[in-house]
Amino acid sequence: MSVDAQITDDMATIRGAGVDSIVEVRGVSKFYEPDTQALLNINLEFPRGEMTTLLGPSGCGKTTLLKIIAGLLEQTEGEVFVNGMRIKGPGPERAFVFQDFALMPWANVIRNVSFGLELRGMPKKERYDIARRYIAKVNLTGFEEKFPHELSGGMRQRVGLARALCVDADVLLMDEPFSAVDEQTRRQFQEDLLSLLQIEEKSVIFVTHSIEEAVYVSDQIVLLSPRPGRVNKMIRPEIDRRGSADEIRRDKRYLDTVEEIWHELRDYLE
Amino acid sequence: MSSSSVNLLERTGHPRFRIAPVRLWQLASVIAVFMVWEIAGRVPISVAFPTFLDTMQALWTMILDGRMAKAYAKTLEPLVIGIGLSGAFGIAFGILMGLSKKFQWIGEPIFVVMQAAPMAALIPLVTFIYGIGVAAKVVAVVILAAPIIVLNCYRAVRNASPSLIQMAESFQGTRLQTIRKIIIPDAAPMMFSGLRLGVAAGFIGVILAELLITPNGIGDLITYHRSVAEYADMYAAIFSIVCFSAIVVGLLEKAEVVLFRPEKKGG
Repeated sequence: MSVDAQITDDMATIRGAGVDSIVEVRGVSKFYEPDTQALLNINLEFPRGEMTTLLGPSGCGKTTLLKIIAGLLEQTEGEVFVNGMRIKGPGPERAFVFQDFALMPWANVIRNVSFGLELRGMPKKERYDIARRYIAKVNLTGFEEKFPHELSGGMRQRVGLARALCVDADVLLMDEPFSAVDEQTRRQFQEDLLSLLQIEEKSVIFVTHSIEEAVYVSDQIVLLSPRPGRVNKMIRPEIDRRGSADEIRRDKRYLDTVEEIWHELRDYLE
Repeated sequence: MSSSSVNLLERTGHPRFRIAPVRLWQLASVIAVFMVWEIAGRVPISVAFPTFLDTMQALWTMILDGRMAKAYAKTLEPLVIGIGLSGAFGIAFGILMGLSKKFQWIGEPIFVVMQAAPMAALIPLVTFIYGIGVAAKVVAVVILAAPIIVLNCYRAVRNASPSLIQMAESFQGTRLQTIRKIIIPDAAPMMFSGLRLGVAAGFIGVILAELLITPNGIGDLITYHRSVAEYADMYAAIFSIVCFSAIVVGLLEKAEVVLFRPEKKGG
Protein backbone atom coordinates (compact mmCIF):
# COMPACT_ATOMS: atom_id res chain seq x y z
CA MET A 1 0.00 0.00 0.00
CA SER A 2 2.76 2.40 0.89
CA VAL A 3 4.27 1.87 -2.53
CA ASP A 4 1.01 2.85 -4.21
CA ALA A 5 0.75 5.93 -2.07
CA GLN A 6 4.24 6.91 -3.06
CA ILE A 7 3.43 6.57 -6.76
CA THR A 8 0.33 8.72 -6.44
CA ASP A 9 2.42 11.30 -4.62
CA ASP A 10 5.03 11.34 -7.32
CA MET A 11 2.48 11.48 -10.08
CA ALA A 12 0.80 14.36 -8.33
CA THR A 13 3.99 16.36 -8.11
CA ILE A 14 4.66 15.85 -11.79
CA ARG A 15 1.12 16.81 -12.78
CA GLY A 16 1.25 19.69 -10.35
CA ALA A 17 4.32 21.05 -12.07
CA GLY A 18 2.18 21.43 -15.18
CA VAL A 19 4.42 19.26 -17.29
CA ASP A 20 3.31 18.66 -20.86
CA SER A 21 3.24 14.88 -21.37
CA ILE A 22 4.07 13.42 -24.74
CA VAL A 23 3.29 9.85 -23.78
CA GLU A 24 0.74 8.83 -21.22
CA VAL A 25 0.22 5.28 -20.00
CA ARG A 26 -3.08 4.64 -18.19
CA GLY A 27 -3.85 1.46 -16.31
CA VAL A 28 -1.80 -0.76 -18.58
CA SER A 29 -1.56 -4.45 -17.66
CA LYS A 30 -0.17 -7.30 -19.67
CA PHE A 31 -0.89 -10.97 -19.00
CA TYR A 32 0.68 -13.86 -20.82
CA GLU A 33 -1.64 -16.80 -20.36
CA PRO A 34 -3.95 -16.63 -17.32
CA ASP A 35 -1.29 -16.86 -14.64
CA THR A 36 1.67 -14.90 -15.92
CA GLN A 37 1.42 -11.21 -15.21
CA ALA A 38 4.09 -9.26 -17.00
CA LEU A 39 2.78 -5.81 -16.09
CA LEU A 40 0.20 -4.76 -13.53
CA ASN A 41 -1.71 -1.47 -13.66
CA ILE A 42 1.01 0.85 -14.94
CA ASN A 43 0.21 4.58 -14.81
CA LEU A 44 2.92 6.87 -16.14
CA GLU A 45 3.45 10.19 -17.82
CA PHE A 46 6.45 10.97 -19.95
CA PRO A 47 7.25 14.68 -20.13
CA ARG A 48 7.83 16.18 -23.57
CA GLY A 49 11.43 16.83 -24.48
CA GLU A 50 12.82 14.76 -21.62
CA MET A 51 14.69 11.53 -21.31
CA THR A 52 12.80 9.03 -19.17
CA THR A 53 14.37 5.74 -18.22
CA LEU A 54 12.55 2.54 -17.40
CA LEU A 55 14.88 0.84 -14.95
CA GLY A 56 14.58 -2.50 -13.22
CA PRO A 57 15.95 -6.01 -12.94
CA SER A 58 15.23 -8.58 -15.61
CA GLY A 59 11.66 -9.82 -15.47
CA CYS A 60 10.18 -6.49 -14.45
CA GLY A 61 8.57 -6.04 -17.84
CA LYS A 62 10.42 -2.89 -18.87
CA THR A 63 10.92 -4.03 -22.45
CA THR A 64 7.31 -5.25 -22.56
CA LEU A 65 6.13 -1.80 -21.48
CA LEU A 66 8.33 -0.13 -24.09
CA LYS A 67 7.01 -2.40 -26.83
CA ILE A 68 3.44 -1.67 -25.76
CA ILE A 69 4.17 2.05 -26.04
CA ALA A 70 5.72 1.36 -29.45
CA GLY A 71 2.58 -0.47 -30.52
CA LEU A 72 4.55 -3.65 -31.18
CA LEU A 73 2.82 -5.55 -28.38
CA GLU A 74 -0.80 -5.32 -27.37
CA GLN A 75 -1.67 -4.65 -23.75
CA THR A 76 -4.28 -6.78 -22.04
CA GLU A 77 -5.81 -3.80 -20.25
CA GLY A 78 -5.40 -0.05 -20.25
CA GLU A 79 -4.58 2.62 -22.78
CA VAL A 80 -1.56 4.45 -24.15
CA PHE A 81 -1.78 8.02 -25.46
CA VAL A 82 0.83 9.74 -27.60
CA ASN A 83 0.33 13.46 -28.15
CA GLY A 84 -3.09 12.98 -26.60
CA MET A 85 -4.15 10.37 -29.16
CA ARG A 86 -4.88 6.79 -28.17
CA ILE A 87 -2.52 4.48 -30.05
CA LYS A 88 -3.46 1.37 -31.99
CA GLY A 89 -0.17 -0.04 -33.20
CA PRO A 90 3.04 1.64 -34.37
CA GLY A 91 2.89 5.22 -35.62
CA PRO A 92 5.09 7.80 -37.36
CA GLU A 93 5.47 9.85 -34.16
CA ARG A 94 7.42 7.04 -32.51
CA ALA A 95 10.68 5.40 -33.62
CA PHE A 96 12.26 2.32 -32.08
CA VAL A 97 15.92 1.53 -31.46
CA PHE A 98 16.41 -2.21 -31.01
CA GLN A 99 18.59 -3.99 -28.49
CA ASP A 100 19.94 -6.35 -31.18
CA PHE A 101 20.21 -3.45 -33.68
CA ALA A 102 17.84 -5.22 -36.16
CA LEU A 103 19.89 -4.20 -39.19
CA MET A 104 19.32 -5.92 -42.52
CA PRO A 105 22.56 -7.83 -43.17
CA TRP A 106 22.02 -7.72 -46.94
CA ALA A 107 21.73 -3.92 -47.03
CA ASN A 108 24.51 -1.36 -46.66
CA VAL A 109 24.54 1.36 -44.02
CA ILE A 110 22.75 4.02 -46.05
CA ARG A 111 19.94 1.68 -47.09
CA ASN A 112 19.53 0.52 -43.50
CA VAL A 113 19.46 4.10 -42.23
CA SER A 114 16.90 5.19 -44.83
CA PHE A 115 14.74 2.07 -44.48
CA GLY A 116 11.97 3.80 -42.52
CA LEU A 117 11.68 6.37 -45.31
CA GLU A 118 11.85 3.64 -47.96
CA LEU A 119 8.80 2.02 -46.37
CA ARG A 120 7.00 5.36 -46.64
CA GLY A 121 7.65 5.34 -50.39
CA MET A 122 10.04 8.30 -50.44
CA PRO A 123 12.14 8.48 -53.65
CA LYS A 124 15.66 7.13 -53.33
CA LYS A 125 17.56 10.36 -53.87
CA GLU A 126 15.52 12.24 -51.32
CA ARG A 127 15.74 9.58 -48.63
CA TYR A 128 19.48 9.04 -49.19
CA ASP A 129 20.05 12.79 -48.76
CA ILE A 130 18.26 12.70 -45.42
CA ALA A 131 20.06 9.50 -44.42
CA ARG A 132 23.46 11.07 -45.19
CA ARG A 133 22.64 13.93 -42.82
CA TYR A 134 21.91 11.57 -39.95
CA ILE A 135 24.83 9.30 -40.76
CA ALA A 136 26.98 12.40 -40.27
CA LYS A 137 25.23 13.20 -36.98
CA VAL A 138 26.08 9.78 -35.54
CA ASN A 139 29.67 10.11 -36.81
CA LEU A 140 29.52 7.39 -39.44
CA THR A 141 30.36 9.46 -42.51
CA GLY A 142 32.45 7.36 -44.88
CA PHE A 143 30.71 4.13 -43.91
CA GLU A 144 27.62 4.61 -46.11
CA GLU A 145 28.48 1.72 -48.40
CA LYS A 146 29.64 -0.69 -45.67
CA PHE A 147 27.58 -3.66 -44.64
CA PRO A 148 26.59 -4.35 -41.02
CA HIS A 149 29.01 -7.29 -40.68
CA GLU A 150 31.86 -4.90 -41.47
CA LEU A 151 31.01 -2.67 -38.50
CA SER A 152 31.67 -3.00 -34.76
CA GLY A 153 28.77 -3.37 -32.32
CA GLY A 154 28.89 0.29 -31.35
CA MET A 155 28.86 1.39 -34.98
CA ARG A 156 25.93 -0.90 -35.72
CA GLN A 157 23.90 0.71 -32.97
CA ARG A 158 24.77 4.13 -34.40
CA VAL A 159 23.19 2.91 -37.63
CA GLY A 160 20.11 1.85 -35.65
CA LEU A 161 19.98 5.27 -33.99
CA ALA A 162 20.40 7.12 -37.30
CA ARG A 163 17.57 5.04 -38.77
CA ALA A 164 15.28 6.03 -35.91
CA LEU A 165 16.26 9.72 -36.21
CA CYS A 166 15.66 9.70 -39.98
CA VAL A 167 11.90 9.31 -39.76
CA ASP A 168 11.70 12.48 -37.62
CA ALA A 169 9.54 11.00 -34.88
CA ASP A 170 8.77 12.95 -31.71
CA VAL A 171 9.55 10.06 -29.41
CA LEU A 172 12.55 7.75 -29.52
CA LEU A 173 11.98 4.40 -27.87
CA MET A 174 15.29 2.77 -27.01
CA ASP A 175 15.38 -0.82 -25.81
CA GLU A 176 18.65 -1.40 -23.94
CA PRO A 177 20.48 0.11 -26.90
CA PHE A 178 23.94 -0.21 -25.38
CA SER A 179 23.71 -3.61 -23.75
CA ALA A 180 25.39 -5.36 -26.68
CA VAL A 181 28.41 -3.04 -26.82
CA ASP A 182 31.49 -2.87 -24.64
CA GLU A 183 31.81 -0.48 -21.69
CA GLN A 184 34.05 2.14 -23.35
CA THR A 185 31.84 2.31 -26.41
CA ARG A 186 28.86 2.49 -24.13
CA ARG A 187 30.11 5.55 -22.27
CA GLN A 188 31.10 7.29 -25.48
CA PHE A 189 27.70 6.48 -26.91
CA GLN A 190 25.88 7.83 -23.85
CA GLU A 191 27.69 11.15 -24.16
CA ASP A 192 27.07 11.34 -27.89
CA LEU A 193 23.42 10.53 -27.35
CA LEU A 194 23.03 13.31 -24.78
CA SER A 195 24.64 15.94 -26.99
CA LEU A 196 22.67 14.73 -30.01
CA LEU A 197 19.41 14.97 -28.13
CA GLN A 198 20.14 18.55 -27.09
CA ILE A 199 20.14 19.49 -30.77
CA GLU A 200 17.36 17.19 -31.91
CA GLU A 201 14.80 18.01 -29.23
CA LYS A 202 13.34 14.54 -28.97
CA SER A 203 11.53 12.92 -26.12
CA VAL A 204 13.17 9.64 -25.24
CA ILE A 205 11.99 6.57 -23.41
CA PHE A 206 14.98 4.50 -22.59
CA VAL A 207 15.08 0.98 -21.17
CA THR A 208 18.12 -0.17 -19.26
CA HIS A 209 19.15 -2.42 -16.42
CA SER A 210 22.20 -0.34 -15.63
CA ILE A 211 21.69 2.03 -12.70
CA GLU A 212 24.69 4.20 -13.60
CA GLU A 213 23.49 4.53 -17.16
CA ALA A 214 19.99 5.47 -16.04
CA VAL A 215 21.20 8.13 -13.62
CA TYR A 216 23.74 9.47 -16.08
CA VAL A 217 21.39 10.02 -18.99
CA SER A 218 17.93 10.54 -17.49
CA ASP A 219 15.79 13.48 -16.55
CA GLN A 220 13.37 11.06 -14.92
CA ILE A 221 13.77 7.45 -13.83
CA VAL A 222 10.89 5.03 -13.45
CA LEU A 223 11.86 2.20 -11.15
CA LEU A 224 9.98 -0.99 -11.93
CA SER A 225 9.73 -3.97 -9.60
CA PRO A 226 9.42 -7.51 -10.92
CA ARG A 227 6.73 -10.22 -10.92
CA PRO A 228 4.41 -8.62 -11.77
CA GLY A 229 6.04 -5.54 -13.22
CA ARG A 230 4.75 -2.43 -11.52
CA VAL A 231 5.90 1.11 -10.93
CA ASN A 232 7.80 1.18 -7.69
CA LYS A 233 9.19 4.69 -7.62
CA MET A 234 9.82 7.75 -9.74
CA ILE A 235 13.09 9.59 -9.35
CA ARG A 236 14.26 12.84 -10.92
CA PRO A 237 18.07 12.88 -10.59
CA GLU A 238 18.32 16.69 -11.20
CA ILE A 239 21.99 16.38 -12.00
CA ASP A 240 23.83 19.41 -13.29
CA ARG A 241 24.95 18.23 -16.74
CA ARG A 242 27.02 21.27 -17.60
CA GLY A 243 30.23 19.69 -16.41
CA SER A 244 32.33 17.07 -18.15
CA ALA A 245 31.42 13.40 -18.07
CA ASP A 246 33.98 12.74 -15.34
CA GLU A 247 32.74 15.62 -13.23
CA ILE A 248 29.18 14.32 -13.50
CA ARG A 249 30.28 10.82 -12.48
CA ARG A 250 31.93 12.28 -9.35
CA ASP A 251 28.99 14.57 -8.60
CA LYS A 252 27.49 14.00 -5.16
CA ARG A 253 23.91 14.00 -6.44
CA TYR A 254 24.85 11.48 -9.11
CA LEU A 255 26.47 9.15 -6.60
CA ASP A 256 23.64 9.56 -4.07
CA THR A 257 21.00 8.78 -6.67
CA VAL A 258 22.86 5.67 -7.80
CA GLU A 259 23.11 4.58 -4.18
CA GLU A 260 19.43 5.28 -3.50
CA ILE A 261 18.30 3.24 -6.53
CA TRP A 262 20.64 0.43 -5.63
CA HIS A 263 19.03 0.17 -2.17
CA GLU A 264 15.56 0.09 -3.72
CA LEU A 265 16.53 -2.60 -6.19
CA ARG A 266 18.28 -4.68 -3.57
CA ASP A 267 15.06 -4.87 -1.60
CA TYR A 268 13.29 -6.86 -4.24
CA LEU A 269 16.26 -8.94 -5.19
CA GLU A 270 16.15 -10.40 -1.69
CA MET B 1 39.28 -2.76 -46.87
CA SER B 2 40.94 0.60 -47.31
CA SER B 3 39.67 2.04 -44.04
CA SER B 4 42.16 1.44 -41.27
CA SER B 5 39.54 1.82 -38.54
CA VAL B 6 37.83 -1.44 -39.49
CA ASN B 7 40.28 -3.86 -37.97
CA LEU B 8 37.85 -6.72 -38.32
CA LEU B 9 38.22 -6.60 -42.07
CA GLU B 10 41.97 -6.70 -42.04
CA ARG B 11 41.93 -9.84 -40.00
CA THR B 12 39.89 -11.67 -42.64
CA GLY B 13 42.87 -11.27 -44.96
CA HIS B 14 44.97 -13.48 -42.71
CA PRO B 15 43.50 -16.96 -43.42
CA ARG B 16 44.58 -16.55 -47.04
CA PHE B 17 47.95 -17.95 -46.00
CA ARG B 18 46.23 -21.03 -44.62
CA ILE B 19 44.17 -21.76 -47.74
CA ALA B 20 47.10 -23.24 -49.63
CA PRO B 21 47.72 -26.12 -47.16
CA VAL B 22 43.94 -26.80 -47.03
CA ARG B 23 43.85 -27.18 -50.80
CA LEU B 24 46.91 -29.44 -50.67
CA TRP B 25 45.30 -31.74 -48.13
CA GLN B 26 42.10 -31.81 -50.17
CA LEU B 27 44.08 -32.73 -53.26
CA ALA B 28 45.91 -35.39 -51.26
CA SER B 29 42.60 -36.95 -50.25
CA VAL B 30 41.47 -37.15 -53.89
CA ILE B 31 44.80 -38.64 -54.99
CA ALA B 32 44.67 -41.17 -52.15
CA VAL B 33 41.25 -42.37 -53.29
CA PHE B 34 42.42 -42.73 -56.88
CA MET B 35 45.54 -44.64 -55.77
CA VAL B 36 43.51 -47.05 -53.66
CA TRP B 37 41.21 -47.51 -56.65
CA GLU B 38 44.18 -48.20 -58.95
CA ILE B 39 45.70 -50.72 -56.54
CA ALA B 40 42.34 -52.43 -55.93
CA GLY B 41 41.86 -52.69 -59.69
CA ARG B 42 45.31 -54.20 -60.16
CA VAL B 43 44.95 -56.83 -57.44
CA PRO B 44 42.23 -57.31 -58.83
CA ILE B 45 39.44 -57.46 -56.27
CA SER B 46 37.02 -58.50 -59.00
CA VAL B 47 37.11 -58.98 -62.76
CA ALA B 48 34.27 -56.49 -62.86
CA PHE B 49 36.43 -53.81 -61.23
CA PRO B 50 38.68 -51.93 -63.65
CA THR B 51 41.71 -49.90 -62.58
CA PHE B 52 41.56 -46.15 -62.29
CA LEU B 53 43.77 -45.62 -65.33
CA ASP B 54 41.70 -48.00 -67.52
CA THR B 55 38.59 -46.13 -66.46
CA MET B 56 40.13 -42.77 -67.31
CA GLN B 57 41.16 -44.09 -70.69
CA ALA B 58 37.61 -45.34 -71.37
CA LEU B 59 36.26 -41.98 -70.25
CA TRP B 60 38.55 -40.17 -72.67
CA THR B 61 37.46 -42.41 -75.56
CA MET B 62 33.79 -41.90 -74.71
CA ILE B 63 34.22 -38.14 -74.61
CA LEU B 64 36.02 -38.15 -77.97
CA ASP B 65 33.56 -40.39 -79.82
CA GLY B 66 30.59 -38.33 -78.63
CA ARG B 67 28.86 -41.02 -76.57
CA MET B 68 29.20 -38.91 -73.42
CA ALA B 69 27.79 -35.77 -75.01
CA LYS B 70 24.81 -37.70 -76.39
CA ALA B 71 24.11 -39.36 -73.03
CA TYR B 72 24.41 -36.08 -71.14
CA ALA B 73 22.00 -34.38 -73.53
CA LYS B 74 19.47 -37.11 -72.75
CA THR B 75 20.06 -36.95 -69.00
CA LEU B 76 20.19 -33.20 -68.58
CA GLU B 77 16.97 -32.43 -70.44
CA PRO B 78 14.61 -34.00 -67.85
CA LEU B 79 16.89 -32.82 -65.04
CA VAL B 80 16.70 -29.18 -66.12
CA ILE B 81 12.93 -29.35 -66.73
CA GLY B 82 12.34 -31.14 -63.44
CA ILE B 83 14.47 -28.73 -61.41
CA GLY B 84 12.87 -25.79 -63.21
CA LEU B 85 9.40 -27.03 -62.32
CA SER B 86 10.17 -27.99 -58.74
CA GLY B 87 12.15 -24.77 -58.31
CA ALA B 88 9.41 -22.46 -59.55
CA PHE B 89 6.47 -24.19 -57.89
CA GLY B 90 8.42 -25.41 -54.89
CA ILE B 91 9.72 -21.96 -53.95
CA ALA B 92 6.30 -20.37 -54.48
CA PHE B 93 4.51 -23.04 -52.49
CA GLY B 94 7.17 -23.08 -49.78
CA ILE B 95 6.84 -19.32 -49.32
CA LEU B 96 3.05 -19.60 -49.12
CA MET B 97 3.42 -22.34 -46.53
CA GLY B 98 5.72 -20.12 -44.51
CA LEU B 99 3.35 -17.17 -44.65
CA SER B 100 -0.04 -18.82 -44.29
CA LYS B 101 -1.13 -21.32 -41.69
CA LYS B 102 -3.65 -22.88 -44.11
CA PHE B 103 -1.02 -23.63 -46.73
CA GLN B 104 1.21 -24.90 -43.96
CA TRP B 105 -1.47 -27.34 -42.76
CA ILE B 106 -2.16 -28.53 -46.31
CA GLY B 107 1.45 -28.83 -47.39
CA GLU B 108 3.43 -29.87 -44.33
CA PRO B 109 2.12 -33.47 -43.95
CA ILE B 110 2.51 -34.22 -47.66
CA PHE B 111 6.00 -32.87 -48.05
CA VAL B 112 7.34 -34.13 -44.73
CA VAL B 113 6.18 -37.64 -45.66
CA MET B 114 7.61 -37.24 -49.15
CA GLN B 115 10.94 -36.14 -47.74
CA ALA B 116 11.10 -38.89 -45.14
CA ALA B 117 9.84 -41.76 -47.34
CA PRO B 118 12.15 -43.54 -49.78
CA MET B 119 10.57 -41.90 -52.80
CA ALA B 120 12.92 -43.79 -55.08
CA ALA B 121 10.71 -46.82 -54.42
CA LEU B 122 7.92 -45.07 -56.30
CA ILE B 123 9.95 -44.60 -59.45
CA PRO B 124 8.92 -47.94 -61.04
CA LEU B 125 5.30 -46.90 -60.45
CA VAL B 126 5.88 -43.74 -62.45
CA THR B 127 6.16 -45.91 -65.56
CA PHE B 128 2.54 -47.01 -65.25
CA ILE B 129 1.36 -43.42 -65.40
CA TYR B 130 3.93 -41.62 -67.53
CA GLY B 131 5.39 -44.40 -69.69
CA ILE B 132 9.10 -44.40 -70.39
CA GLY B 133 9.56 -41.02 -72.07
CA VAL B 134 10.99 -37.73 -70.87
CA ALA B 135 7.86 -37.12 -68.78
CA ALA B 136 8.60 -40.12 -66.57
CA LYS B 137 12.13 -38.88 -65.93
CA VAL B 138 10.88 -35.39 -65.16
CA VAL B 139 8.43 -36.85 -62.64
CA ALA B 140 11.26 -38.83 -61.06
CA VAL B 141 13.30 -35.65 -60.66
CA VAL B 142 10.33 -33.72 -59.27
CA ILE B 143 9.29 -36.28 -56.65
CA LEU B 144 12.83 -36.33 -55.27
CA ALA B 145 13.68 -32.62 -55.56
CA ALA B 146 10.39 -30.87 -54.81
CA PRO B 147 9.94 -31.93 -51.15
CA ILE B 148 13.42 -30.70 -50.26
CA ILE B 149 12.94 -27.39 -52.07
CA VAL B 150 9.46 -26.80 -50.62
CA LEU B 151 10.42 -27.65 -47.04
CA ASN B 152 13.58 -25.56 -47.13
CA CYS B 153 11.69 -22.53 -48.44
CA TYR B 154 8.98 -23.03 -45.88
CA ARG B 155 11.45 -23.28 -43.02
CA ALA B 156 13.47 -20.35 -44.36
CA VAL B 157 10.38 -18.14 -44.36
CA ARG B 158 9.26 -19.36 -40.95
CA ASN B 159 12.71 -18.64 -39.53
CA ALA B 160 12.94 -15.13 -40.95
CA SER B 161 14.33 -12.92 -38.19
CA PRO B 162 11.47 -11.88 -35.85
CA SER B 163 13.49 -8.87 -34.81
CA LEU B 164 13.76 -7.61 -38.42
CA ILE B 165 10.05 -8.24 -38.96
CA GLN B 166 9.29 -6.24 -35.82
CA MET B 167 11.62 -3.52 -37.06
CA ALA B 168 9.66 -3.22 -40.32
CA GLU B 169 6.46 -3.19 -38.32
CA SER B 170 7.74 -0.42 -36.05
CA PHE B 171 8.39 1.74 -39.13
CA GLN B 172 4.80 1.05 -40.25
CA GLY B 173 5.72 -1.27 -43.10
CA THR B 174 2.72 -2.98 -44.68
CA ARG B 175 2.46 -6.76 -44.68
CA LEU B 176 3.42 -6.85 -48.35
CA GLN B 177 6.44 -4.58 -47.78
CA THR B 178 7.54 -6.75 -44.88
CA ILE B 179 7.32 -9.86 -47.06
CA ARG B 180 9.11 -8.30 -50.03
CA LYS B 181 11.75 -6.28 -48.25
CA ILE B 182 12.44 -8.36 -45.12
CA ILE B 183 11.13 -11.92 -45.14
CA ILE B 184 12.15 -12.97 -48.66
CA PRO B 185 15.63 -11.40 -48.63
CA ASP B 186 16.22 -12.85 -45.16
CA ALA B 187 15.05 -16.30 -46.30
CA ALA B 188 16.87 -16.18 -49.65
CA PRO B 189 20.14 -17.86 -48.58
CA MET B 190 18.33 -20.82 -47.03
CA MET B 191 15.94 -21.05 -49.98
CA PHE B 192 18.92 -21.17 -52.30
CA SER B 193 20.54 -23.95 -50.29
CA GLY B 194 17.25 -25.80 -50.60
CA LEU B 195 17.51 -25.41 -54.34
CA ARG B 196 21.06 -26.72 -54.26
CA LEU B 197 20.02 -29.78 -52.22
CA GLY B 198 17.10 -30.19 -54.62
CA VAL B 199 19.48 -30.30 -57.57
CA ALA B 200 21.54 -32.97 -55.79
CA ALA B 201 18.34 -34.99 -55.21
CA GLY B 202 17.31 -34.37 -58.84
CA PHE B 203 20.52 -36.06 -60.03
CA ILE B 204 19.60 -39.12 -57.98
CA GLY B 205 16.09 -39.07 -59.44
CA VAL B 206 17.15 -38.85 -63.07
CA ILE B 207 19.82 -41.55 -62.79
CA LEU B 208 17.43 -43.87 -60.94
CA ALA B 209 14.82 -43.31 -63.65
CA GLU B 210 17.36 -44.17 -66.31
CA LEU B 211 18.54 -47.26 -64.48
CA LEU B 212 15.04 -48.49 -63.63
CA ILE B 213 12.70 -47.37 -66.39
CA THR B 214 13.98 -45.39 -69.32
CA PRO B 215 16.99 -46.91 -71.07
CA ASN B 216 18.89 -43.88 -72.30
CA GLY B 217 21.26 -41.20 -71.04
CA ILE B 218 24.00 -41.78 -68.48
CA GLY B 219 21.97 -44.44 -66.69
CA ASP B 220 21.78 -46.42 -69.90
CA LEU B 221 25.53 -46.11 -70.46
CA ILE B 222 26.00 -47.72 -67.06
CA THR B 223 23.50 -50.58 -67.59
CA TYR B 224 24.50 -51.23 -71.19
CA HIS B 225 28.23 -51.49 -70.52
CA ARG B 226 27.59 -53.68 -67.51
CA SER B 227 25.47 -56.03 -69.61
CA VAL B 228 28.21 -56.41 -72.23
CA ALA B 229 30.92 -56.64 -69.57
CA GLU B 230 32.76 -53.45 -70.63
CA TYR B 231 33.47 -52.53 -67.06
CA ALA B 232 35.92 -49.72 -67.77
CA ASP B 233 33.26 -47.93 -69.83
CA MET B 234 30.65 -48.58 -67.16
CA TYR B 235 32.85 -47.09 -64.44
CA ALA B 236 33.76 -44.19 -66.70
CA ALA B 237 30.06 -43.32 -66.97
CA ILE B 238 29.63 -43.60 -63.18
CA PHE B 239 32.77 -41.57 -62.56
CA SER B 240 31.66 -38.84 -64.95
CA ILE B 241 28.20 -38.42 -63.41
CA VAL B 242 29.62 -38.35 -59.89
CA CYS B 243 32.10 -35.65 -60.90
CA PHE B 244 29.50 -33.74 -62.88
CA SER B 245 26.96 -33.55 -60.10
CA ALA B 246 29.64 -32.75 -57.52
CA ILE B 247 30.89 -29.87 -59.67
CA VAL B 248 27.39 -28.53 -60.36
CA VAL B 249 26.42 -28.66 -56.68
CA GLY B 250 29.80 -27.20 -55.70
CA LEU B 251 29.34 -24.29 -58.12
CA LEU B 252 25.87 -23.66 -56.72
CA GLU B 253 27.39 -23.54 -53.25
CA LYS B 254 29.95 -20.97 -54.46
CA ALA B 255 27.16 -18.97 -56.07
CA GLU B 256 25.28 -19.04 -52.79
CA VAL B 257 28.19 -17.52 -50.90
CA VAL B 258 28.75 -14.84 -53.53
CA LEU B 259 25.08 -13.94 -53.89
CA PHE B 260 23.72 -14.15 -50.38
CA ARG B 261 26.39 -14.31 -47.71
CA PRO B 262 28.35 -11.07 -47.74
CA GLU B 263 29.82 -11.95 -44.35
CA LYS B 264 31.45 -15.09 -45.75
CA LYS B 265 32.89 -13.38 -48.81
CA GLY B 266 36.48 -12.28 -49.29
CA GLY B 267 38.05 -14.84 -46.97
